[in-house]
Amino acid sequence: MADRTRIIRFIIKPVVFLAGLGPAVYLTWAALTGHLSANPLSDVTNETGVWTLRFLVITLTITPLRRLMGWNDLIRFRRMMGLYAFFYGTLHFTTYVVLDRFAGLVDFPNGIVSWTTVRNLLKSIGGDIYQRPFITIGFSALVLMVPLAVTSTAGMIRRLGGRRWQALHRLVYVSGIGGVLHYWWLVKADVRRPLTYAAIVAVLLGFRVVYKRVASAVRQMAGGRLKPSAPGKMPPELKVED
Amino acid sequence: MLIKRPADIRSSEITDQKLYVNRRQFIQAAGAIAGAATAVGVLTKGAAVLHAVQPAAHGAKLPNVKKGSPYSNTNGEVMNTWEQITTYNNYYEFGTDKDQPAELSRNFKTTPWTVSVEGECAKPGKYSVDDILKGETIEERIYRMRCVEAWSMVVPWAGIPLGNFIKRCGPTSKANFIKMYTLVNPKEMPGQRSDVLDWPYVEALRMDEAMHPLTLLAVGLYGEAMPNQDGAPIRLIVPWKYGFKGVKSIVKIEFVEKQPVNTWQRMAPREYGFYANVNPEVNHPRWSQASERRIGEFFMRKTLMFNGYAEQVASLYTGLDLKKNY
Repeated sequence: MADRTRIIRFIIKPVVFLAGLGPAVYLTWAALTGHLSANPLSDVTNETGVWTLRFLVITLTITPLRRLMGWNDLIRFRRMMGLYAFFYGTLHFTTYVVLDRFAGLVDFPNGIVSWTTVRNLLKSIGGDIYQRPFITIGFSALVLMVPLAVTSTAGMIRRLGGRRWQALHRLVYVSGIGGVLHYWWLVKADVRRPLTYAAIVAVLLGFRVVYKRVASAVRQMAGGRLKPSAPGKMPPELKVED
Repeated sequence: MLIKRPADIRSSEITDQKLYVNRRQFIQAAGAIAGAATAVGVLTKGAAVLHAVQPAAHGAKLPNVKKGSPYSNTNGEVMNTWEQITTYNNYYEFGTDKDQPAELSRNFKTTPWTVSVEGECAKPGKYSVDDILKGETIEERIYRMRCVEAWSMVVPWAGIPLGNFIKRCGPTSKANFIKMYTLVNPKEMPGQRSDVLDWPYVEALRMDEAMHPLTLLAVGLYGEAMPNQDGAPIRLIVPWKYGFKGVKSIVKIEFVEKQPVNTWQRMAPREYGFYANVNPEVNHPRWSQASERRIGEFFMRKTLMFNGYAEQVASLYTGLDLKKNY
């Protein structure tokens, strides 16, 4: 194994992994020690949501950076970033279920620990997803990430085959757009932050469209000397070494 | 046959060879810098909420505040602390984050202060805060404060009934509404440097709402002068309406004949009506108003009709369809 690969695998990757946990650790610490605002429950919900978007953006940035800058080692971090987006999305949904829906039940006719509570909670979550467009889209964006998280292992890539795997994982684009809309539709008046995320996601997705066109034009100009990789063959960036 | 000679290319138009050779690196570097700058900007935005902001310094004690008002009935609910009331604010003139008013209103100057009284009244003119308080007894009023965002607090305000001041202004028979304006001063109010809202902030009441004894011109809380982040030096409190009706840092009071359009109402007419009465049965189009989180509590509470002041104010709205007039 080359030195470069070992440094990435044994030093940089663990460091990045720990850094990704940072926001969750910091939030927990801040919530427990009174370092959040007077409404800490709302802070926790908001922050986990924003971190989901941030990790989605980081995930979507990796391919453009590789294409533009030739930093191909970044591919080794893409799965981790995607899984962190899913991790924070799950935390965000959990805080919403507990701090917003459960705490908002108000009535516990048969006590807090009871089937009635479970039933009312499910009804309350379902009603919210059904009635409120910003919840509908946020929930969908998260649900779409589930198959991506499940098929993120090397074994699953092999089983699905690179092409099919890649096609499936394009769903992350939908999650990215959904996440941004979820944020946008929630805000009361000041849309500057959601707008920033929308612009970034638009650039990152737009890059892919433009890049594809340019690449195929270049291929045509080269008169077929540059052939696209044969169908069924795993594209080089999907080779996983661990 | 005419052979055209191609135009000369001026030497200034020829790209320097060095630049041409390095064009890829140049584009890449520019792209990387722009990308990194944007990323840093977004990744650090919003982190503000995570450093607990300092509460307001305690202000001057107000003289002879009369306690025990019969209008202070909050049903034994616990008051929120000075720290909560002065660190968690919606005051877009100082920024749209909850901690920004505390952070960014420190240098806001509230003396001298004049309130300009205009429109359909016998005694228009400039009034200082002292003029307004002259001859009045400042009362403590412990009220629930229900934000339209489904959180609430219990606050011990100090102030005078707005009705007392209105009587002194002598409104004419054409004065059907009272319209109040917040100061515009982007130098001291950094939130006004962007047009998130249509400045100045304006809210209006029907005359009978304004004359109701619950309606307060507040000049303080916890018996002390009003902290800047809570609307110093003088603000409106209408406890049966959503918090945004309470115009802060009032500089103008205008008596008008026709029903005005308020700031939030103009911004999103489907979401905010003229009245903005607290009503658990009329949901905000994007969230439920049936319950609320009292700041400091885990479990939410049921939101009460007219924020619990139905007994005193419901009669103001008999015959009015509250679902349409939200």
